[in-house]
Amino acid sequence: MLNEIWFILFVVIISGYLILDGFDMGVGILHLPLARNDLERRTLLNSIGPVWDGNEVWLVLGGGVLFAIFPFAYASLFSGFYAAFMLVLVVLILRAVTLEFRSQRPSPRWRSAWDAAFATTSLVLALLLGVAFGAILGGVPLGADQEIVTNLFELLTPFALLVGLTTVAMFAMHGAIYLMMKTGGDIQARARRWLPYLMGGFVALNTLVVIASLLLDQPFTARYREEIWPIIFPAAALAAMGATWWFAQRARYFPAFVASSAMILLLIVAAAYGMHPNLLVSSIDAAYNLTIFNAASEANTLTVALVIALIGMPFVLLYTSGVYYVFRGKVVVEPDSY
Amino acid sequence: MDAELLARLQFTLTASYHFIFPPLSMGLGLMLLVVSGLYLRTRDPKWRRLSFFWVKVYGIVFAMGVATGIVQEFEFGMNWADYSRFVGNIFGSLLAAEGVFAFFLEGGFLGLMLFGGNRLGPRMWFLASLMVVVGAHFSAIWIVAANSWMQTPAGYDIQALPEPARAVMTDFWATVLTPSFMPRLLHVFFASWTAGAAFVASVSAYYVLKARHADLGRASLAVAVPFFIVFAVANAFVFGPESARSVAENQPTKLAAMEGTWQTEAGAPAYLVGWVDEEAGTTTGLAVPGLLSFLATGDPNATIAGIDSFETPPTVVNLTFQSYHLMVGLGFAIVPFALLAGVLWFWKRKLLEYRWALWILVSTVFVALFVITAGWWVAEFGRQPWIVYDLLLTARGTSPVVSAEEIVVSLGGFILLYTILLVLFLFLLNQKIQHGPEPLESLEARPVGELPDTLRDIFRARSTGEGRRTH
Repeated sequence: MLNEIWFILFVVIISGYLILDGFDMGVGILHLPLARNDLERRTLLNSIGPVWDGNEVWLVLGGGVLFAIFPFAYASLFSGFYAAFMLVLVVLILRAVTLEFRSQRPSPRWRSAWDAAFATTSLVLALLLGVAFGAILGGVPLGADQEIVTNLFELLTPFALLVGLTTVAMFAMHGAIYLMMKTGGDIQARARRWLPYLMGGFVALNTLVVIASLLLDQPFTARYREEIWPIIFPAAALAAMGATWWFAQRARYFPAFVASSAMILLLIVAAAYGMHPNLLVSSIDAAYNLTIFNAASEANTLTVALVIALIGMPFVLLYTSGVYYVFRGKVVVEPDSY
Repeated sequence: MDAELLARLQFTLTASYHFIFPPLSMGLGLMLLVVSGLYLRTRDPKWRRLSFFWVKVYGIVFAMGVATGIVQEFEFGMNWADYSRFVGNIFGSLLAAEGVFAFFLEGGFLGLMLFGGNRLGPRMWFLASLMVVVGAHFSAIWIVAANSWMQTPAGYDIQALPEPARAVMTDFWATVLTPSFMPRLLHVFFASWTAGAAFVASVSAYYVLKARHADLGRASLAVAVPFFIVFAVANAFVFGPESARSVAENQPTKLAAMEGTWQTEAGAPAYLVGWVDEEAGTTTGLAVPGLLSFLATGDPNATIAGIDSFETPPTVVNLTFQSYHLMVGLGFAIVPFALLAGVLWFWKRKLLEYRWALWILVSTVFVALFVITAGWWVAEFGRQPWIVYDLLLTARGTSPVVSAEEIVVSLGGFILLYTILLVLFLFLLNQKIQHGPEPLESLEARPVGELPDTLRDIFRARSTGEGRRTH
């Protein structure tokens, strides 16, 4: 029971990270094409300026929870995907740096160099996270000793790359909706004009992922062949997608953003349901799978951590929403902005 | 070099580098709270100008801390997979608690702290900064708890099956409140506050020296110097020795490595300076007889166990010895400088005239930060060969699937990345300091009286944020 609760919480935390850091990666991906002059670029940066740091905390929490709750999955995954995680770290750090440095000097060359770096790191980070997620969905060479023996090139399967591209498209779309909500004038108008293409691209890629998963008989599709009812998860994701479109067309950007966030959550839930109870599926032998039971800490730790989460998370949600509330409304570039 | 040594080298590099920033987040944060607290009390605009200035500096320091901190969390799994498997139940929980209780507080309120000056009234802005600084301290509490569990494990059972063997939690509070936890936490707090006060004193002294923003420099000196004295003295004479006593009590092998004590002896000496020959098993240098026995137990004739007497002797002796002596030597060395600055300050503000004394003050922040690094080296080198004291050998904690080549590549990557980061950090910091506090007129978008300054104002005043456009 505890293991099941923690699996759900872990899925929620990962979704929280992808929803929150997802929109600011999306803003980064759109940074070069969408914003056309210095003021517009500063507007984009400042739309995420006060919140991106808090958003990244969800990743740190996700890592901490994996370490505490499912240490055997944490250890196997992080050491097995060594090169990939190393790249993630480098890109994460560089991206944080670009945000800080970009507006420090007025020189246009300085700023355009950092603009390019910010856009590139955002794009590459989204791609890397997507590829890693795709590689996990596709199963990993997990041996009897719980070790994953692989390398960066083996991870880059066509399927993982496809999931990576889909993630990029998803964040770009999500970021565009965030920008429609947080900006006005030309930026908003442009984001509005681009939304059909971004959405279309994402839907097409995501459909390809579904088809590829079924054709390749990916491990997480097995549950969907056995039972019919879990189809409600992808169906609900599709409905959330429709709602996103509907609200965006009526210029109701906050509900559109909520719908887009719900869609991300539902897609992760759909994949997680297919994976359950596995955290890592072995491509060598199903007996070697790391599950929410054999990869977990003991009951005492799970209980203590649950108490910590129950005490801490309500405060987190309360003040996080408070902070978002203070920064609500359209972005204004001020003297102390990025 | 083998994979284990490379992984250790990488951890030494990334952890030492990371740990420059959290102490500054705590210490500078505390100073910032004092400055903005003074504005709340006096409403003197100079304190508000200084708040805007130090918040900017804080932002850069904090960003570096976050960026290098994520590396640490990933590194356990990447380079130390077997360690992670062994300690996940306990160490992982403490890290997760840090995430829930500390990081969200810091990350959530950081935006308000950095960009709140023009959105919140001074009281609410102070509150936001307070939350960030409290978060930074919470973070240190959990990290020191996690590290102290590696030094003096408690509240656990070893479960051998199913393989691999692991430490499981029997008593949560015992895993947090291990014997070394409180002394080490206080030692870390005071060292961090010393560094923060030294940082503010250093920048302020620089302004006075360069006759730039000298009025603000004087005002900051008046704030920072008294704190600097109190923190430095307290740490050198109370919390440092207390921490050393805790080592003597709980980790005898580390104590022996710190002083290079090879044979068990009564009235063991402590060295002022020295060199350890690990091959020959000897330590030579300038020693005070009986001092180690006295510091460790309060009795100058007490018997101290030597390296030769342990079943698993310490393996990194000279480095531990040198780190310890650097920490103690420099930690004590800044005390007279702090006192001197204080005396010259309170004696008719003579400090402002003695340029050499101001230059000494400028240098203290580097010393204070280096002392902290040396302190972590003592803690970590001195624990070797154990990764978890008396429970797990460092050699047993590595990642079996990660090859030496992979670590070489990532180590090279980190060296390159961290060098770039350091250059950028120093460049930006220097630019901020050279530029100095800006005049309030250019910082404030609207009069301070119009900003919402109670929670009710914030959540009622719908007019502040909405409806305004970018252009």
